[in-house]
Order: sequence, then C-alpha cells, then structure tokens
Amino acid sequence: MEMVRSHILVCAGTGCTSSRSPEILEALEKELAQQGLDKEVRVVKTGCFGLCALGPIMVVYPEGAFYSMVTPDDVPEIVSEHILKGRIVTRLLYQETVVDDSTIKNLNHTKFYEKQLRVALRNCGVINPEKIEEYIALDGYEALGRVLTSMQPQEVIDVVKASGLRGRGGAGFPTGMKWQFAMQSAGDIKYVCCNADEGDPGAFMDRSVLEGDPHVVLEAMTIAGYAIGAHQGYIYVRAEYPIAIHRLEIAIAQAREMGFLGENIFESGFDFDIELRLGSGAFVCGEETALMTSIEGNRGEPRYRPPFPAVKGLFGKPTILNNVETYANIPQIFIKGAEWFSSMGTETSKGTKVFCLVGKITNTGLVEIPMGTTLREIIEEIGGGIPNGKKFKAAQTGGPSGGCIPAALIDTHIDYENLTAIGAMMGSGGLIVMDEDTCMVDIARYFLDFTVDESCGKCVPCRIGTKRLLEMLDKIVEGKGTVEMLDEMQELCNHIKDNSLCALGQTAPNPVLSTLRYFKDEYMAHVVDKKCPAGVCKDLLSYSIIAEKCKGCTACARVCPVGAISGVVKEPHTIDTDKCIKCGACIEKCKFDAIVKV
Amino acid sequence: MAKRKTAVAFKGTEEQEGQLLAFIEQHRSMQGNLMPVLQKAQEIYGYLPIEVQKIIAKELGIPLAEVYGVVTFYAQFTLNPKGEYKIAVCLGTACYVKGSGDVLDRISRKLGIESGGITPDGKFSLDATRCIGACGLAPVMTINDDVYGRLNLDEVDGIIEKYM
Repeated sequence: MEMVRSHILVCAGTGCTSSRSPEILEALEKELAQQGLDKEVRVVKTGCFGLCALGPIMVVYPEGAFYSMVTPDDVPEIVSEHILKGRIVTRLLYQETVVDDSTIKNLNHTKFYEKQLRVALRNCGVINPEKIEEYIALDGYEALGRVLTSMQPQEVIDVVKASGLRGRGGAGFPTGMKWQFAMQSAGDIKYVCCNADEGDPGAFMDRSVLEGDPHVVLEAMTIAGYAIGAHQGYIYVRAEYPIAIHRLEIAIAQAREMGFLGENIFESGFDFDIELRLGSGAFVCGEETALMTSIEGNRGEPRYRPPFPAVKGLFGKPTILNNVETYANIPQIFIKGAEWFSSMGTETSKGTKVFCLVGKITNTGLVEIPMGTTLREIIEEIGGGIPNGKKFKAAQTGGPSGGCIPAALIDTHIDYENLTAIGAMMGSGGLIVMDEDTCMVDIARYFLDFTVDESCGKCVPCRIGTKRLLEMLDKIVEGKGTVEMLDEMQELCNHIKDNSLCALGQTAPNPVLSTLRYFKDEYMAHVVDKKCPAGVCKDLLSYSIIAEKCKGCTACARVCPVGAISGVVKEPHTIDTDKCIKCGACIEKCKFDAIVKV
Repeated sequence: MAKRKTAVAFKGTEEQEGQLLAFIEQHRSMQGNLMPVLQKAQEIYGYLPIEVQKIIAKELGIPLAEVYGVVTFYAQFTLNPKGEYKIAVCLGTACYVKGSGDVLDRISRKLGIESGGITPDGKFSLDATRCIGACGLAPVMTINDDVYGRLNLDEVDGIIEKYM
C-alpha cells in the first residue's frame, strides 16, 4: 500500500451532495493533480458526518481541520495554503473548532459531537463506503467470521438477546426474541429482510447508514440468516434514495466477489445471498406485513397478524424483518460483546439511538446519543439551541405516528418507555424541533393529511376515520370549529387507535391526541376566539399596516401579487383585506416592521 | 396524487417496447417481478399509460386490473407524463415547518398550475413530494436533478426563470 501524508475526507452523503459536494471533489482532484500533489494526498469520499447544516463538509487529516460550507471556489486556496504550505485556512473552519489563530480543537470536543456516542454510525464519515477494504480494515466482517466459524445459531441468538437490543424502526420489539421465533419455525426456506423504506418525513437515519456504511447491513443480515436458518435476504429500499441504492449495489457486488455473500461463506458450508427490492413511494410499506406484500409484487397492503411473519411471512415462509439501524448495531455486539452493548443506555432501553435533528434548530443533522440522554441536552447542547432568539415550543418524534413533547417536558430522559408514557414515541428517529412560530393545530393537521394520503384503504377505521378527523381539523384551522368538536375528535381518535388493522392506523391519531393533551389552549384559541396564536392559519388572521410606522415607501404595494395594497407615496398605506391572499410577501419586503398579522 | 387519465396521446416506440420485453424476459422467473418490471417500464417511457400496462399484463400473465391496482397504489408510478422540467417541492416535516408550503404556493402562482399539474406547453410539471431526506437544507426543492436548498421565497421566481 502506498503511503500518503494527508487524507482529505469529503462528505458524499445526500445532504452534502445536494449542496454540490461532487463539484468540490472534482475541483479537488483537478487542483491536486495540477499542483503535483495527487501522489502524496488521498481524497476519500465518505458518508454523512452528521452536521448537515454546515455542508458541504471537508475534513483534512492528520490535522483534523473541519472545513464547513466549502464551495468549489475555495478548493484552490485549501490546496495551496493548507496542503502545500501547511497553513490551515481558518476562515473556512467550523467556527467552534477554532481556539485561536494557530490552534484548532478536536472535533470530538465540540458541543455537537461531545455528547454523542457513535455505534450505528461509527463508520459514517470515516470510511469510503464504496471500498470494502476500508470496511474490513475497521473490523468489518470479523463478526461474521467469528459467528460462522465458532458459534451455533442458538448461541448467536443468545448474544443478541443478552445485549438487550430492541428494534430501531419504531416499535422497539426485542430483536433477539424476534430471531428466536423465526429460528423455531419449521421450514427449509426462510427469509431475512431489511426495512430500508424510511418513510417518516424529516428522518434520514437509515439512509445515512446505507450511504456511509452499507457493508454493515450486509454483514448483519448474513449473521441473522445463519441464526434463523435462512439463505436469502431482501433489502427493501426507497426508490427516493438513489445514492443509497447505488452504494448498496456496489457493496453487494464486492461482498460476493470477496466471498462474504454467496456459497460456503468462510468455508463454513453456509450459503447466503442478498437481493435489492425498490419501494415505490408508499408509506404503509414500512409496516412489516405490507412490506412483504409489496416485495411479492402486490399492492402494499398489510395483512392480519397472527400469523406473525416469524411463522408465515414473505412468500408464506418464516421471515424476520429488522430495520437498517438495528442491523447496524449487530456486528459490534459480536466484536465487543453483549455486556458492552447493554452497559449503554437505560434499564429497559440499551445502546444508542440515532436521531435526525431538524426543523427550527441551529445544528441540523444526524446525531447518535446513548439512550437516556435528555431532550434538553439534545436541543440545547448538541443542537445549539433555537435560531433567531426564538423560544423552544415542542419537539416532535416518531413522525406521523408519534407525538409532540412540549417545552415543559424538555428534561425527559429519552428511551422507549418514557416517550410512550408522555404520548410520543421513539419512532424511527425523526426529531423535529418547533419554535413559537409553529402552530400545533396546523402541525396535527399536516400529519393527518399525510396519513389520509398514505392510508392503504384496506380497513375502515383508518380509511374513513382519518378522513373524518382531517375534516374536523380543516374546519378548526378555517375558523369553523366548535368546542364540542374537540371532544368528538378525542373520541374518534380512540376509535381509530383501537380498531385499525395495522400500526399506521393504530398510531395515526397520535399527533392529534398529543397536541390536544399539551396544547389544548391553542385549540381553544382556534375554536373560541377564532385566532391562531402562532400566526400560521391563514383563515384566522388578517394583515394590517400600522399607520404610525409606515413611511409610504410603496415597497409593499409593488410586491403584492394581487394589488391589495394601496396608498400615496410617503403616506401610510392600507391593505384591502378582501383582496389580500395572505401570502406574506409584504411583511418580508417592509423595512419598517409596519405590517403585522392580527 | 392525481390519478386522472392523461389526455396526451401515447407515443411509445418499437424500440421502447423492445427494451421492455427484453427486461421482462430476463426477470420472468423472479418471484414478485411485477414491481421491478413497472419500475423499469416507467424508466423507459417516463410514465405508465394504459398501453404499457396492457403489455405488462399480457407478458406476465397478470390481470390488467391487478396491474392497474398496483400502479395506482404507489405514489412513484404515474399515469401522466411529466414536464420537461420536473419541479418537486419537498413537503416533508422539516421543510414544512421551515415554510416549504409557501414555496409551493409561490411556484404554483407563477406557473399557473396546481401541484400535480403540467403547464400546457409541457415544459414544467409541479409536484409536492414526500421527504427527500435533505432535511439539513430545508426548505428544499428539486428541478430534474438540480437541488435547491435553504430556499427563501424571494429567490424562487428567479430560479424558475432560469429554466424558462
């Protein structure tokens, strides 16, 4: 292997790719070649570093300089200053890593990374996901080797059970038990499936693992196959994730070539192979039986359980389905031991959890924290607080199946049981932060709108119940709601929860129930005073100009798309509320804060 | 999403049909092959008109009603052709709380088409999409393969005009 003096890591995850990291890579390689440095410096295309808000991200080792928001135009400067002359380009560094002009702080000691613990994401942003050698160099496929050459299937399952690992896809079912059931089911043909149909809006944990460390999923699925006695695996991945699909295809081809997939793996006599299946945009396919129905080539409608998939799953055979993040934990459990894994986390929830921290938060991105970390630590320390001096109002977890955690409960320790107790849920890991400008009724309506659209239509409580619920919410945000309607909603929610066929319907009312529980006053403001306190619901507000503040600059009148603003130059203007479509363009334009929503 | 039948006449070529038939031939023995075949067909034709569904139904020996049922179940399959420039505004939660709903309204007004629609000249189609996972850049929209993140309302018109 050739020796190099520097490594330049460039993030090639979806976030940074969207903000033009491929152009940076291209510029970098060109510039290094031009300056004759391409033999001394290696450029590594990695997965997600987590701090997507600052992308595109570039890290130069051995110095560990963390450059953020790099543009292709910055590349020549980085190469000639940093690589050639050894002078770090301070102006491009992530400001928190700058101690003074000549010293930089290790990334792991910045607020964003300090409280994190990377288990599932350990290779993301570290290795080149398109090179199997880099995965192997960091203990990759070692767990599989040990399992196949020295352990019996039951021993494998016992280790997973002892680790206390629970499903990371949402429900938190103990993984070892799931494997045990499938192992005990009789049958020559069994299947191992991976749920990579990450459908929760605002969540991209699984995608980041697939893009940054695809081999970990293949290795874990093969271990699972050995444990339950399956020889075929399927990864069901969203078609919306082109980069993840591409890297999985590369990884599968490499693993086959190296003999980690295929026949007689590690000369143990065990055969296993994996096939990719693409989803086509149906949220319900994240539900395990719906996912299997979809792989079979049908409309992705859920099936009645029992029989559970462990008994009768894909193509009618015993099947296990785990999600990407769950699998990402498996190999390390075998390398470092079940005890190591269960030493992290809380009494009932072991290990770590990856969250996608998004919404009204300074450090948007991907974070992995030990179970039991408080919401406050995540938002105020890791997330860097709410931007623009606004107040934290609520955090939403679990996507359309989850609920809102109000500011008063910010000290909640995050684990499965605690979140369920307060009416939210762990979910797959979306964590959406909302500030005082977010209307909780509007958010509940938004999620309901999503479930109505995504309900598969098979069972009545979900198909019709959610629709009726949405109609009530529509009336409330239009100012036509009544106090009685809130009670009716509550009743309907409980009905849908109790009677729906699958988890989609059973959890669909959660966003409504949790906002009703913690933000009743906001609902009351909508139905009684016909006001939206956050100023979001358009039908409940009107725009007006404060005459004393208006200088008559005409900027608002010019930007108004419907000509609703009139007035004479240098005289206060007025808004015709009948014409106004409440688009907000005038507020943005006004330099004197003279336009208000009332 | 809009599942109306398209008014645009089907203009599939023999070459396209040949590609589709070859793909079907390769995957004939695969378990659950309908979805991969439909995905490939949409890649070839850009959408899944009834003419294409008929070919698939006949070749795979699956009733047309069942093929249609699968096509209309999944949001990614479309019965209508898309514009030369496909504008997609992400309405995932992260984008939504950062105002992507207003971005969609602005474009809708500018082009005079609703979400799910296509301009009469076939140049632009507009869709509200589910989370595309670029939440760190919210609010986000894409025009074909170009991604525009950290949008503010003022720049939206200018971006669209670049493609006009």
